[in-house]
Amino acid sequence: MSTQVPETETETEAETESKPHQERRMAEKAERREAADRERLAREELEAADETVHLKVFRYDPEVEGKQEPRFDDFHVPYEKGMTVLDALMYARDHYDSSLTFRHSCRQAICGSDAMFVNGSQRLCCKTQLGELETPVRVEPLPHQEVVKDLVVDMQHFYDQMEAVEPYFQTNETPDGELEEQRQSRENREKIKMSTRCIWCGACMSSCNIAAGDNEYLGPAAINKAYRFYMDEREGEDLQEHRMRVLEQEHGVWRCQTQFSCTEVCPKDIPLTEHIQELKREAVKSNLKFW
Amino acid sequence: MHEHDVIVVGGGGAGLRAAIAASEEGADTAIVSKLHPVRSHTGAAEGGINAALREGDSWEDHAYDTMKGSDYLGDAPAIETLAQDAPEEVINLEHWGMPFSREDDGRVSQRPFGGLSFPRTTYAGAETGHHLLHTMYEQAVKHGIQVYDEWQVTELAVTDHEDPEDRKCHGVVAYDVKTGNIEGFKANRGVILATGGPGQVYDHTTNAVSNTGDGYAMAYRAGVPLEDMEFVQFHPTTLPSTGVLISEGVRGEGGVLYNADGERFMFEHGYANNEGELASRDVVSRAELTEVNEGRGVNDEYVYLDMRHLGEERILDRLENILHLAEDFEGVDGLVEPMPVKPGQHYEMGGIETDENGETCIEGLYAAGECACVSVHGSNRLGGNALPELIVFGKRAGQHAAGKDMKEAEITTGYTDECEPGEVDTPVAPGSIRQTSDDVAADGGALADPTAVVEQTVEHERERVQSFLEKDEGLQHAAIREDLQASMTENVNVFRNEDGLKTALEDIREARERYQDVYVDDPSRTFNTDLLHTIETRNLIDLAEAITLGALAREEFRGAHWRQEFQERRDDEWLKHTLLRWNDGDPELFYKPVILEGENKTYEPKVRSY
Ligand SMILES: Cc1cc2nc3c(=O)[nH]c(=O)nc-3n(C[C@H](O)[C@H](O)[C@H](O)COP(=O)(O)OP(=O)(O)OC[C@H]3O[C@@H](n4cnc5c(N)ncnc54)[C@H](O)[C@@H]3O)c2cc1C
Ligand code: SF4
Ligand code: FES
Repeated sequence: MSTQVPETETETEAETESKPHQERRMAEKAERREAADRERLAREELEAADETVHLKVFRYDPEVEGKQEPRFDDFHVPYEKGMTVLDALMYARDHYDSSLTFRHSCRQAICGSDAMFVNGSQRLCCKTQLGELETPVRVEPLPHQEVVKDLVVDMQHFYDQMEAVEPYFQTNETPDGELEEQRQSRENREKIKMSTRCIWCGACMSSCNIAAGDNEYLGPAAINKAYRFYMDEREGEDLQEHRMRVLEQEHGVWRCQTQFSCTEVCPKDIPLTEHIQELKREAVKSNLKFW
Repeated sequence: MHEHDVIVVGGGGAGLRAAIAASEEGADTAIVSKLHPVRSHTGAAEGGINAALREGDSWEDHAYDTMKGSDYLGDAPAIETLAQDAPEEVINLEHWGMPFSREDDGRVSQRPFGGLSFPRTTYAGAETGHHLLHTMYEQAVKHGIQVYDEWQVTELAVTDHEDPEDRKCHGVVAYDVKTGNIEGFKANRGVILATGGPGQVYDHTTNAVSNTGDGYAMAYRAGVPLEDMEFVQFHPTTLPSTGVLISEGVRGEGGVLYNADGERFMFEHGYANNEGELASRDVVSRAELTEVNEGRGVNDEYVYLDMRHLGEERILDRLENILHLAEDFEGVDGLVEPMPVKPGQHYEMGGIETDENGETCIEGLYAAGECACVSVHGSNRLGGNALPELIVFGKRAGQHAAGKDMKEAEITTGYTDECEPGEVDTPVAPGSIRQTSDDVAADGGALADPTAVVEQTVEHERERVQSFLEKDEGLQHAAIREDLQASMTENVNVFRNEDGLKTALEDIREARERYQDVYVDDPSRTFNTDLLHTIETRNLIDLAEAITLGALAREEFRGAHWRQEFQERRDDEWLKHTLLRWNDGDPELFYKPVILEGENKTYEPKVRSY
């Protein structure tokens, strides 16, 4: 705890006492930052040459005074050919404002952490070339998800939906012999190939109107995950039936209204709408079989 | 305080495999990871996973290739375990549904890779790591393993016995990224570090931004030696502008390298007359840089990798992902143009010293995956050998930590009778200065009570973080990190010499000094990445130092470690591992002999030729 707390106080008191103190410190820090920000913006504007890119970045922090009210900040980042939106964000953070917050890691479109709303559509920032965008480039958090801070959204609901479809391989028969694999035809591997590419970025879910209105809807990513197993010939028929029951439930495949927005935004080019349609057809078939 | 039997730090390939194994042994297991597991860098692995699965191949051949590839700096018991266990582990993944590429008969496909005498690299398109990671995460979900995601472990809770070998690890302290809370995690049976590589020590790397070597640094400060850190692998084919990797699979399938003059230089300039593009990574990396240095590079920076002649069908079938990477990150269409490539930092062969069961010299502390060094890769890792390492040794560490009876390890850890002390002539006293040495975990003062050890470490970490946040001005970590990375890339790269290494040590020392004034500008407790990166930067400094000290100490040329002054492999003196121990911030160097004696044979060092 803070060294400024008088020694005579008990620990619990110290904690309650120090809270306003801490808040004041935070407010002071924030204030200083704002002054520095203004100065920086002015300087940047002066320096803004042809070779900079103008970003308008969404800012929000529930804890910091002055950031509790969502706003957009302007950054002018020096531009080099080949630069991505993520590069620009990192530059802005490392050189202008270290509190600018976003998720990122791999820089190569495989970890799925930097899906954001860039110029009005869901994209992976690391995969989006700045040169291809109209300026100013608007960067916002994924819509329809709760914003934690700046460009970071809460992914929990997305993860919950993924888990709802039992996202793991299940099979009744493992082959005899320790080192025997389960055979899978090339055709079948080809069939599921696209569905296995999902990187859990959440772009599809965020673009889907239905998911926005019905938070129990499994959503495109989770249905695609189920597709990946449903179509895998190694799982067998009993499991297919089991999986179909999950998919056919009230908030499952039938909610999809074929708007294609998920397919449009998926950075891995997974034909999500097509997969959902195919599962609808399977659902009809399996119902015919049992009715 | 959270409490579990086994706590796995990191949710990449090694961490997931360890957690599944521990959970199967009946241990209450949790993963604490700064990224959600599916965001781990294992997902970026492209080429494949080695295992002797087929007729005509054998684990003995796999072991032999690995030993040769390591330039005789791997330990035979570890290498043989890797080769023996890999087939079962790969088939196990297949049984968990991993979508491997398939042959006509429905069996999994394998392809040739550099340095392998048999095409034993099993793969799933050019995105093997992605499938491996997701398949294992799915199994973790199935096992109901508790995952604390977006919790960054900042220190280990270890007792403060004088001698590291007497210490015990009772848990970890982690920071909840979402809320800023710092909490203790008590491990009743064991802690497994699986925190991945340290690529961010360099500025041109294939590694993710989150690969900051946290596990190495925490284990090191707690008293575990870091082994063979000078052996940093530079991958010969990374895209120049970003460091994004173009898999060795491209060369495996027949891709060729040529220089600005259109020469296929691996052959035409005699770098590897037999194996050409498929020579070891260190050989190809040096060849490329030599071409560039001698003025035959394209734009004085890179060379070309060409796969056009493979034909669209084959490329789409086996290397489709490469097309996307070249297009998205370099704006090049691999079907109609050659791809620009240059060497980039890729993998750390050294790491936290462990035995074949994943255990370190501190009781209850394990490590697996890239952050560990059981010593299977020696001075040069073969492509496709890291992924089997994750699952083979991840599993063993998980089982051991969970309490399974394991065969006693043949590799010893810590400072033993076999070790000899070493010294290196440095321009500056390395190690910590002033209060940074207090940052070690092992200053708890509590010897007996595990809970107290964890609590004390929590208190210590709360104070450390509080002090970063309370400071109102100072230096920001980003500037320190940038300078450190630039110096490492300049001085401790593919080519090394004494002057450069000493310059790097001075720069590292300066980074340490500047770090004492570091402060966190963002006052928020919510998702404070400024704070997280500040904590990570400290780890990068420790690692940069360990790499550079090792490189200065090793006066020979072996595997990935090239020294201008020493152009020969010197087996008479250097068939030994370099180990570095923190010793309260005063790094202590010592050596341990390599074990070349295997189960049925002793591996005789041979001259490497390609
Ligand atoms: C681009 C690329 C391609 C590759 N291709 C191949 C290949 O084809 N074949 C092959 O065999 N090898 C390949 N490798 C090497 C191999 O992929 C890696 O060595 C391996 O995946 C590392 O796995 P890991 O589990 O040790 O670490 P990672 O997958 O990096 O996981 C580290 C985990 O630790 C967590 N973590 C880190 N620090 C902390 C902390 N402080 N607190 C909490 N959690 C933390 C992270 O969140 C993450 O979950 C490749 C590597 C790269 C970079
Ligand atoms: S389906 Fe596509 S958009 Fe949706 S989470 Fe997966 S990768 Fe992202
Ligand atoms: S940073 Fe990993 S997907 Fe963009």
